[in-house]
Amino acid sequence: MFRPRIIPVLLLKDNVLVKSIRFKDHKYIGDPINAVRIFNGFNADELVFLDIEASKKKRLVSLDFVKNVGEEASMPFAVGGGIRSLEDIRKIINAGAEKVIINTYASENPGFIYQASATFGSSTICVCIDVKKSMFGKTGTWVLNGTKSTGYSPVDLAKLMEEKGAGEIVIQSIDKDGSMQGYDIELIKTISENVTIPVVALGGAGNLQHLKEAYQQGFANGLAAGSLFVYQGSKRGVLVNYPEPGELHF
Amino acid sequence: MNKTLADIKQQTITIVDYGMGNLHSVKKKFDRMNINVRISSDADEILSSGKIILPGIGHFEKAMNTIHSLGLYEVLNEAVLQKKTPILGICLGMQLMAKRSEEGGDAAGFGWFDAEVIRFNVKDTLKYKIPHTGWNQVVNKKQCALVEGIPDNSEFYFVHAYHIKLNNAADALHETDYDYAFVSAMAKDNIMGVQYHPEKSHQVGELMLKNFATRY
Repeated sequence: MFRPRIIPVLLLKDNVLVKSIRFKDHKYIGDPINAVRIFNGFNADELVFLDIEASKKKRLVSLDFVKNVGEEASMPFAVGGGIRSLEDIRKIINAGAEKVIINTYASENPGFIYQASATFGSSTICVCIDVKKSMFGKTGTWVLNGTKSTGYSPVDLAKLMEEKGAGEIVIQSIDKDGSMQGYDIELIKTISENVTIPVVALGGAGNLQHLKEAYQQGFANGLAAGSLFVYQGSKRGVLVNYPEPGELHF
Repeated sequence: MNKTLADIKQQTITIVDYGMGNLHSVKKKFDRMNINVRISSDADEILSSGKIILPGIGHFEKAMNTIHSLGLYEVLNEAVLQKKTPILGICLGMQLMAKRSEEGGDAAGFGWFDAEVIRFNVKDTLKYKIPHTGWNQVVNKKQCALVEGIPDNSEFYFVHAYHIKLNNAADALHETDYDYAFVSAMAKDNIMGVQYHPEKSHQVGELMLKNFATRY
């Protein structure tokens, strides 16, 4: 039986792991390669690494880092951060990643997603869409760590990315990021209903029930989270963790 | 038939490099098991290998065009059909073993299996997104050294939008359900193909690669 993937999302800043709340207030979590080893031990379904400063600093995620993850990871992993050319993608794939995640450049240049999927195959190209409400209460999509509006609505951007050949959409709620109070189910459901490619839910998961809701009510195909897999307890002590195999069948 | 470690060492496994897909993750798995593999697109190296792995992610027609332009079409046919070198196709590498694919109009493949490659045609498009991405179970359809020791209904990692449709059901090795049952592994004689990624499928995947390296 098919089951949705449970995906830890690990944020990189200066090549160490951090975790944010609403894209701010980054707390140090630990060494990324050590985390990969722990997730290997849990037989985690898939991992995502996002270099949150790459686009802002106009550079690519460290290829040495990707290679180090590739040496360790026994599961598929995707990497995002500062991707702006086919050559960038080629380097990341050659370093061992299965997929790349494109955020900022996808909305700046949707034609790039077409080129990328035609070159590397749709399943290699994943687009991350960051969503938040503006001061005026309008839901929009944002890039550069939520600092710049794209002008697209979440549904319009998701449909455009599918049309250009993206193989997967990560739909991330900035407002829910780090809250651990549950996903934005309505947002996830709306995206799932409007595209035929896999949708990965991100932002807000705090327990297994939240994951279940995103799958059963939001029709998400992948259930991603940050805080859930790096924190434990109400005081948010750092502890890399992952559900037991029996907990993954909803 | 089990072979001694010395036999295995002499039998180099070649991962065919035709510029598509993640060759290194396959190589890395073998490196960790101390099994000798090389990545190559050289005709002599392929023809002198004890075993061949045909990997691949991407577009069917583009892959075949590249294989033709590198002169590998004839080389692989000779190795597989005349020399009977054991070969394992992974993901797109499995699909290339069919006669043709819908991906790229009606592109021709190697035709080692009487099979076509068709796009997923799911009814419930909300639940079953395409590409089929993630972990899914495989149901054993027959005995084969490749799957020895792998429990029935084990989970493997999949990423694909097209799948094999066999005309000869006896070639099916694994079936998987994604809105409907499709062939997720096939095998006959020295030719084997798997739709999933054993190199990314934790312990069962590793066992499969080890079976391929040591039991043929």
